[in-house]
Amino acid sequence: MGGEEFWTYFWVILTFGTYIGIALWARAGSTDDFYVAGHDVHPTVNGMATAADWMSAASFLSMAGLIAFMGYGGSVYLMGWTGGYVLLALLLAPFLREFGKFTVPDFVGDRYYSTTARLIAVVCALFVSFTYIAGQMKGVGVAFSGFLGVEFNTGIMVGMAIVFVYAVLGGMKGVTYTQVAQYVVLIFAYTVPAIFISLIVTGNPVPQLGFISNVKGEDISMLEKLNTVVTDLGFLEYTQTDKSMFDVFAITGALMFGTAGLPHVIIRFFTVSSAGAARVSAGWALVFIALLYTTAPAVASLARLNFIDTVNESTYIASDADYDTEAAAIVAEGGKPIPKWFKDWEKIGLLEVTDKNGDGVVQYRAGADNEVTKLDRDIIVTANPSIAGLPAWVIGLVVAGGLAAALSTAAGLLMVISSSVSHDLCRRTFFKGMTDQQELLTARGAAAGAVILAGIMGMNTAKLGFVAQVVAFAFGLAAASLFPVIVLGIFWKRMNREGAIASMLTGLITTFWYIYHFKFVDTDSSHWWLGVSPEGIGFVFMFLSLAVGVVVALVTAPPPQDIQDLVEDIRVPGTRTPHGIADAEMLPE
Amino acid sequence: MTHNIKEIDAKGYWRDVVRLTLSLLAIWFIVSYGAGILLRSVLDQVSIGGAPLGFWFAQNGSIYVFVGLIFYYCRAMNRLEKKYGVEA
Repeated sequence: MGGEEFWTYFWVILTFGTYIGIALWARAGSTDDFYVAGHDVHPTVNGMATAADWMSAASFLSMAGLIAFMGYGGSVYLMGWTGGYVLLALLLAPFLREFGKFTVPDFVGDRYYSTTARLIAVVCALFVSFTYIAGQMKGVGVAFSGFLGVEFNTGIMVGMAIVFVYAVLGGMKGVTYTQVAQYVVLIFAYTVPAIFISLIVTGNPVPQLGFISNVKGEDISMLEKLNTVVTDLGFLEYTQTDKSMFDVFAITGALMFGTAGLPHVIIRFFTVSSAGAARVSAGWALVFIALLYTTAPAVASLARLNFIDTVNESTYIASDADYDTEAAAIVAEGGKPIPKWFKDWEKIGLLEVTDKNGDGVVQYRAGADNEVTKLDRDIIVTANPSIAGLPAWVIGLVVAGGLAAALSTAAGLLMVISSSVSHDLCRRTFFKGMTDQQELLTARGAAAGAVILAGIMGMNTAKLGFVAQVVAFAFGLAAASLFPVIVLGIFWKRMNREGAIASMLTGLITTFWYIYHFKFVDTDSSHWWLGVSPEGIGFVFMFLSLAVGVVVALVTAPPPQDIQDLVEDIRVPGTRTPHGIADAEMLPE
Repeated sequence: MTHNIKEIDAKGYWRDVVRLTLSLLAIWFIVSYGAGILLRSVLDQVSIGGAPLGFWFAQNGSIYVFVGLIFYYCRAMNRLEKKYGVEA
């Protein structure tokens, strides 16, 4: 591990130094700077920051591993987590920018002239963000403890300290520019190993093309070979799934509409100068995201192939034996020793072998005679460079990339939490007389408090191990509670306060209940309604929430004239003027 | 912020925006839910570089189209804004 350890420290210290440097340079002087980076971030820069903000430890570390073992079923993540940007660009971002305030609850509260609606939106935003951030902090802890050999909790505290510096000092401005640096680190760390691996297996350096190429020196395509290899071992074909079509449809939908409704993604589009800039910025964000998301399926399929190739039918070496001597002896006899990286992950407990037939050789199969009895899917991305035998500097880079992905998302979420408390709860609801300076101080305090709380949650979720499950809450709730009221607020002038409150409550309560019930109370999947998994239910309840909103709005009084004029203004760029009750407390910018 | 003093055909502009949005969303639906999910088994009979076409749309193709859709939308909106004299 000597060389790998050196390079890991090298990359981590280099990148963290850069983040802190940027944070000191970009300090926030006003609430405008703190919440929306002064409304003057360049669209391409904002696109890059949005990409880093969006791609979390889950995208970077877990997604390719999930796809590798789900095959076609993993497509729900690929389409779901990119298709949402089309909805953002066409239905939300430019109009919310034209509306001209700081947060999602600002829009809900002012468009629906209601403190109740604002408070429900704050609850949704806080719930979604805290769910998400605990997962990021856990990712930071895993990365540090797995690679630098420090305690899990120490790892989280180091991560908290770094985020604290740039989120609390710099606010959105500091966060934006560190996210740009983090994007560069994470995309480099993701694509470099992918290029190497694609080159080794298919001879094509572009992973997206390697994905649809023949295996090097053979007359069979990479995916056909993979299909043959996995079916020979008794697994389902890689390009098939055992999920029902309706469930695949629903999960993709929940992830897409959930993405478009996530507050930490939406607020990034408040930082650019105009509605036109918001549209272009969404395009750039998707370009930068697509670089990773179109590479991921290649990484997944190549890793599955390499994994089977190196592990299956390899001769096991006991943990107390000297690996190098034993391996040399096995090779001398013409055998295949179990790979060194396999032993490393076995030590941490993420892989486990049981020699069921006592032949000393590892059989990887589907079914009862499978001897790889534990296989944590999260290892795929981190172990991938070692599986393909790449140099130590590449292996170290992956750790820095994973940390960049986790920290950038955590920082973006902290901005939502901090603005929900200082802006939506304090300035706009309970202490309306606050000055700008008092609000800025509260925002910094809230960010600091949120960092600490998130760290504590991260430390505890490690024990509970339920992060992956509660993430379903975040997307489902965003899709069913926030997305419908925002879209109706822009595209249907007749939508009113009563409809909005009914719609948000319907989405919030039904989705929360379904996920809670089928994740924690009754885990029997044959009881699911219409065969829809908890991950996909947000999509179904989104339509219920829309329907309830529309019906309630039609049987109650239409919104005041001021509000109808406001909606006309945000539809046409450059025409936004203040309108009575919607803008009495806070002027648009 | 006071451009609405100038007469803009806001209704006509919005009608065109909604029409553009709906047609782009139709493409968005066809390449993902259509090609990648509902019609996958039909498309899978054709292959692209050894990858079944429906599978490829679900894992790669739809994402390329999504990117193209947003940039096309930006250009089309700029054209609409010029046509109606709207300042973005």
